[in-house]
Amino acid sequence: MTKSSFTNIQSEYLAVIDHAKCVRCKRCIQNCGWGTYSFGGDKIIADHSKCVACGRCYTYCPEGAISILKNPTVMRENGNWQDYHIKNIWRQSETGGIAISGMGTPLKYKKYFDHILLDACQVTNPPIDPLREPMELKTFLGKKPSKLELDFNEDDQPVLKNPMPPQIELATPFIFAPMSYGSISLNAQKAMALAARALGIVMNIGEGGLHDELVPFGKNIIVQVASGRFGVNRDYLNSGVAVEIKIGQGAKPGIGGHLPGEKIGADISRTRMIPAGTDAISPAPHHDIYSIEDLRQLIYAIKEAINYEKPVSVKVAAVHNIAAIVSGIVRAGADIVYIDGFTGGTGAAPIIIRDNVGIPIEIALAQVDQRLREEGIRNEASLVAAGSIRSSADAVKAIALGADAVAIGTAALVVMGCHICGKCHTGNCSWGITTQRPELTRRLDPEEYGEKLYNLINAWSHEMKDILGAMGVNSIESLRGSKERLRGIELTDSELKVLGIKHAGM
Amino acid sequence: MITIDAKDMHYKELNKIIRENIASGIKNFFLENVNGQYYIGDGIKGDDITITVNGVPGNDLGVFMDGPSIIVNNNVQDNVGNTMNAGKITIKGDAGDVVGYGMRGGRIYIRGNAGYRIGIHMKGYNTQIPVIIIGGKVGSFFGEYMAGGVMVLLGLNNSEELAGEYFGVGMHGGTIYLKKKIDFSKYSKEVEFLEANDEDMIFLKKYLIEYANDFNLQAEDLINGPFYKIVPSSARPYAHLYTSSAL
Repeated sequence: MTKSSFTNIQSEYLAVIDHAKCVRCKRCIQNCGWGTYSFGGDKIIADHSKCVACGRCYTYCPEGAISILKNPTVMRENGNWQDYHIKNIWRQSETGGIAISGMGTPLKYKKYFDHILLDACQVTNPPIDPLREPMELKTFLGKKPSKLELDFNEDDQPVLKNPMPPQIELATPFIFAPMSYGSISLNAQKAMALAARALGIVMNIGEGGLHDELVPFGKNIIVQVASGRFGVNRDYLNSGVAVEIKIGQGAKPGIGGHLPGEKIGADISRTRMIPAGTDAISPAPHHDIYSIEDLRQLIYAIKEAINYEKPVSVKVAAVHNIAAIVSGIVRAGADIVYIDGFTGGTGAAPIIIRDNVGIPIEIALAQVDQRLREEGIRNEASLVAAGSIRSSADAVKAIALGADAVAIGTAALVVMGCHICGKCHTGNCSWGITTQRPELTRRLDPEEYGEKLYNLINAWSHEMKDILGAMGVNSIESLRGSKERLRGIELTDSELKVLGIKHAGM
Repeated sequence: MITIDAKDMHYKELNKIIRENIASGIKNFFLENVNGQYYIGDGIKGDDITITVNGVPGNDLGVFMDGPSIIVNNNVQDNVGNTMNAGKITIKGDAGDVVGYGMRGGRIYIRGNAGYRIGIHMKGYNTQIPVIIIGGKVGSFFGEYMAGGVMVLLGLNNSEELAGEYFGVGMHGGTIYLKKKIDFSKYSKEVEFLEANDEDMIFLKKYLIEYANDFNLQAEDLINGPFYKIVPSSARPYAHLYTSSAL
């Protein structure tokens, strides 16, 4: 076969070195996980085709001698045929492969959080100053009784007649989203574990099993059971504060996952409890779940195994009929439902799915909260919202739309240096996050980034208190599902209706 | 030893009694009048615990089980040995669908037939080799996504077709042994069909002898070959499925 002309698709980026500034320290060569840089005898040479604009090289260049530029070589502009359409056609015609990528969709769909504004108090019902007055962010995830029945003990103190169902206690309504060992490095997981412990919140370890070094963090861990059942056994189920059944993921609703065999080294093999070198395949469905009744069966199989002592969560992707689906999940006995929106992240997903399947988390949440309230079962389960929560404002809006807590995945990776280059699936992450190459993972210090994660969640929690204070409420509980405190801008009547909010000015 | 009359008992109550008795040191359980109760043996641990079931247990028998033995004198329903880690389940009748889903260790011996998706995503790990032996025939999707472990299909009941459609589809680990030759042309392209060698027979022998003893069969009848062997053609069936996207 003759060599195809498409193998030289123009480079996305140019790694430009200012040789006058460069002191030939070769740090860029060491830092780049992609092999962009090499030493050409007297100067650094850059292979632009390998650059993904992950930002590692210029962050660590002591002389500021590196600039990463968007390749100015143009393809003829066409509003319909975008660059990526054309380039993917070339790549796919070379390999015949399904185009995959990491991270949530980069396409510019309407982001509803950016079209929702929050309320504040003026004159009547005055705002509260969170610096001086107590402001409660504590959140409990789990089934709540539909009413509280009280007895009085000998000292005439009120006590609950029936025991409270098991709960996860969060000091602030954030959790670290499920990301498995395999999709990310152990050091990245450890950074989240350290931060979760310091913050009094939890991390979710995803479907890749529980590494020995994370076992001591059990009080801050949710363990996951996915269709591949990697690393799942009786002790695993009992090792965290809750068990989550993963049905779907916002970035790839309806499909499974493949961790390629070349990423299954000895340590991941031990954690997932599968042989090294074989593909770790998570089938699209759980083959014991073909109905709501079957889901109930697995939920209660887990509850029996953990003696009903911990809540069971079910994670689904936000899709068209999400309200009816979540209603079914709640009726199946889930104590927590985790809804992952359309823009949610991933370590690898076919872009055809990632960029085209699902619905935004804002709409899903509003519809689910509404439906569960109408059916009188909102108390039966807590809702966790995810799918690119980018700031505390997104988190507050999600909670006002009906979430009990939010999960952050991509934002946590950004703390660790991620520049959202979207190449997680290649295993070359220069920041040591989505790679298992020891020379790369070594550079991610769990203590250092654990502290930064702690700082971020602290900052967002303070901001959340400021917003609550401005709204004149002193507890996150008072904002939960309070759509009256939200207003839409630049939204159509249908959009406002589906979100259950009024237009600004009304 | 304890005998529990499960008549009209909800699974939650039955399993709670079993768990409490295990905690207080009881090793031998006889469950009478079992009629469809789910999750018997769910997540229990201890190599020296034995549960004998009279009646038909419900779905998810031995789910997440880690060591004990369960003997069922009748048929069983779906999801037997779901995500089981260790132990043994012996079934004197037939089994339903999805036996040994994600099973990582232990043995499941079925005297009769079994349904669809037997051994789906079964996996071996380290010294753990899960083994399922089926005396009769099975439905479609036998060994689907199989990632490790061993399954043996004996075809003792003289059925013409040993298995349904989509045999070994997505199989990427483990071994399937057959006592009867099958029309392999209609099955998955992801597997290879070989004759079992001496090494295979040494491995199989100890399990087949145990199986024969459990069901009062003549061990020689089972061990005498030939056996056929099915293995995946690749541990990476989807290695070339993907290409990196431009965006």
